[in-house]
Amino acid sequence: MKDTLANTEKKTAYILTLPAVLLVFAIILFPIFANVWISFKEVELKDIRIPEPRAKKIVKTISDEPSKIKIIYKLRNSSLIQEIRDVSFKDSFPKNFEIENLDKRCEYKKFSLKCEFGNWPAKYKENLQVIFTTNDGSKIDKKRLKSTKPKLDGKSDNILLNTNFTLKNFKKVLFENEFVDLLLTTFYYTFFGTVGSIVFGILTAQMVNQKFYGRTFMRSVLLFPYVAPVVALAYTWELLLDPNSGTLNSLLLNYQIIETPINLLGQKYIEISFLGFDFKLRLALTTVIMFEIWRYFPLAFLFILARLQAIPKELYEAADVDGASPFQKFFNITLPQITAVISILFMIRFIWNFNKFEDVFLLTGGASGTRTLPINVYQQGFAISDIGMGSAVSIVIVVLLLMFMFFYFKLLGKRVDEN
Amino acid sequence: MRTKNTILFSLISSIFLIFLISIWKILATLQGLSIKSFNIEIIFIFGFLISLAYLGIGDRIKSFYKSIIFSSIFVFCDGYLIQKLPIWYNVGIFLILYFFTNKISKYSFISLKEEHSTQVILFDFLTLFGILFFSFVILFPFYMMLITSFKTQIALLVNPLDFSINFGQDIKDLFKSYFVIFKSYKFGKYIVTSTIVSVGTVIITLLFAIPAAYAVARLNFFGKTFLSTSILIIYMFPAIVLVIPLYTIFSQLGLRNSIEGLLIVYTATTLPVAIYMLQGYFKSIPKELEEAAILDKLSWFGIITKIIIPLSIPAISSVALYVFMIAWNEFLFSLMFLDNPNSFTLSRAIQYLSGDAETPRQYLMAGSVVVTLPVLFIFVYFEKYLVSGLTAGSVKG
Repeated sequence: MKDTLANTEKKTAYILTLPAVLLVFAIILFPIFANVWISFKEVELKDIRIPEPRAKKIVKTISDEPSKIKIIYKLRNSSLIQEIRDVSFKDSFPKNFEIENLDKRCEYKKFSLKCEFGNWPAKYKENLQVIFTTNDGSKIDKKRLKSTKPKLDGKSDNILLNTNFTLKNFKKVLFENEFVDLLLTTFYYTFFGTVGSIVFGILTAQMVNQKFYGRTFMRSVLLFPYVAPVVALAYTWELLLDPNSGTLNSLLLNYQIIETPINLLGQKYIEISFLGFDFKLRLALTTVIMFEIWRYFPLAFLFILARLQAIPKELYEAADVDGASPFQKFFNITLPQITAVISILFMIRFIWNFNKFEDVFLLTGGASGTRTLPINVYQQGFAISDIGMGSAVSIVIVVLLLMFMFFYFKLLGKRVDEN
Repeated sequence: MRTKNTILFSLISSIFLIFLISIWKILATLQGLSIKSFNIEIIFIFGFLISLAYLGIGDRIKSFYKSIIFSSIFVFCDGYLIQKLPIWYNVGIFLILYFFTNKISKYSFISLKEEHSTQVILFDFLTLFGILFFSFVILFPFYMMLITSFKTQIALLVNPLDFSINFGQDIKDLFKSYFVIFKSYKFGKYIVTSTIVSVGTVIITLLFAIPAAYAVARLNFFGKTFLSTSILIIYMFPAIVLVIPLYTIFSQLGLRNSIEGLLIVYTATTLPVAIYMLQGYFKSIPKELEEAAILDKLSWFGIITKIIIPLSIPAISSVALYVFMIAWNEFLFSLMFLDNPNSFTLSRAIQYLSGDAETPRQYLMAGSVVVTLPVLFIFVYFEKYLVSGLTAGSVKG
């Protein structure tokens, strides 16, 4: 009896989870495997359209002969690279129509024209001309003729399903794609974005954790950048930072802080002399990182605030009795209490920043030294239309991420053991 | 020690005053006033002197009169330095000074002698500074977004710093950008599409997630731990990696440019978060209720609909709001899958609008306001639910 109950429980569990598991598998796990498959293929954007036989129907009246009509079918293979096999054609006509010249590949039966065209090579084009007469001499309705569309059918290979594989994509990604530069940019973007957002998260959480008037309002305001749509925020920033009439540059010019406008999102490097050293700062990348920090520090803020509010008050009271200064309290009580949250946040934000596409895409489109790996996926796949290359770059992303996660957990595991 | 602390206190408070007045000056400049300089040195000297005087006078004068006197002196000097400014600017300066003097009035020579007083002062002012700084940095872009949408292209070209709004003008002129984007750019249609996609995603996600979360929370089955850990791992997985295969598959199946395609992808990407958040809540519901239901021979379906769902309305609504916000804000997939203007969502429509260099920026900002307002409204209104949900599951972003 008990056994059957456990069995029904199992069965129910599978029934309940199956829809969700199937959907997630189809949309998330399957594409990851598909990515591996595509990355070993030479596929371009135009190849993924399945080749179709197409026909454009043109109806022409013949002058002086109202009971005759000429129909031209402009036949073509939609694909520029693939052939279509066993193309068949079918079009139907009004009951009083009789055909005059019948192509030998076609037959006219029961007021419908059927043709078998055999194989069409790539780029194939042909004009098929047919002339009809009405057997009762009545006038021909051109519009009605145009409204019936011919049906075409054919078989073709799907380039994605054949088994020709190549390593070319990966060679290109690693050796011809300024890979080191790409990797460095992505790393700067991810690392500084992550660290910055955590630092600001700690500061703001520490701030909101104190009592002041309007604290709950402040907490909602701090989360605004995180919940608002990225499109709106990115364009607002772009407008603020615009070199020609952007608010920031206008303000700086107005107060005579700068003499010429700075193109914060369009300039790759800026020369800065500091303590007698001249060095180049990657300006557009820095701006994009600033945006990243601005938009994502609220997440760190929220997590750290939740942790701060859970720290027992007695700890601080004891410290007060011992005469600890505010800084000592922060470094010796607060910081150790939030390290666990920070290490989780670091991992989450690092992974998500590593894959961040929208922010950079909307702000700079990957220009002026802000090309990160995710941007490169888009550029390869959709701007250069090389789907195989895009896939290869995404595989590189996945491999790097897995490596990061592996080392991170190993490091974290070690630290836990030491404690 | 006393002198050092006094000087440090005056220094910090005068820097704070400079910051306060600078923000006010920036805001005033953006109303079209011509303010060419911050006069940092003068404000610094004033702030320093005011702080010293405050310490010196101590409690000999009532703090209310003290504040009024010092604020008035400052306003007169400042008004003399930058002339021809409207009265509201000076009123603002007066209020800032009043706020500032109130803040520094709680310090005295006695409090400066206490242990760690320097650090306490630093902490206090840093907190104040932080509150103002972060409010400004965060709200400023939103403020500019809203205010730009009420301006015209010509007015902005004539004086890029004049963001003052003339409320006296006709409503039609004031909201012109909004009328234009709804009339000429079909934003009404995009709002409908975005709403259908977001609400649809919420409904389908909940339909799939509630049973799955219940199974993970309550039932024993083979592969349960595997399932619950893989939920988290999948949640971490990058969307950009899915884009190319999904694009190829969707093109071949003819799902691009369709609402159905977006619904499928959004549901799949939000499911892991939804299941994770819901199962945590389901675990907190007492088991006895279900045991009683089993004795009453209620089926699993009955248990979920009659016990679990009514008991977890708060959690379910917080998940629903979340999924709605994720779907509403989503951009990557809508960029990839939609290229026909008839099937655009709001985010995609704004991006499309910006692709045309001729589009006046106030239209772009009006569109941004339209896409941002519902989300911010939901967020502020349901903040309590959302914040607890955020820390439990956190939105993907």
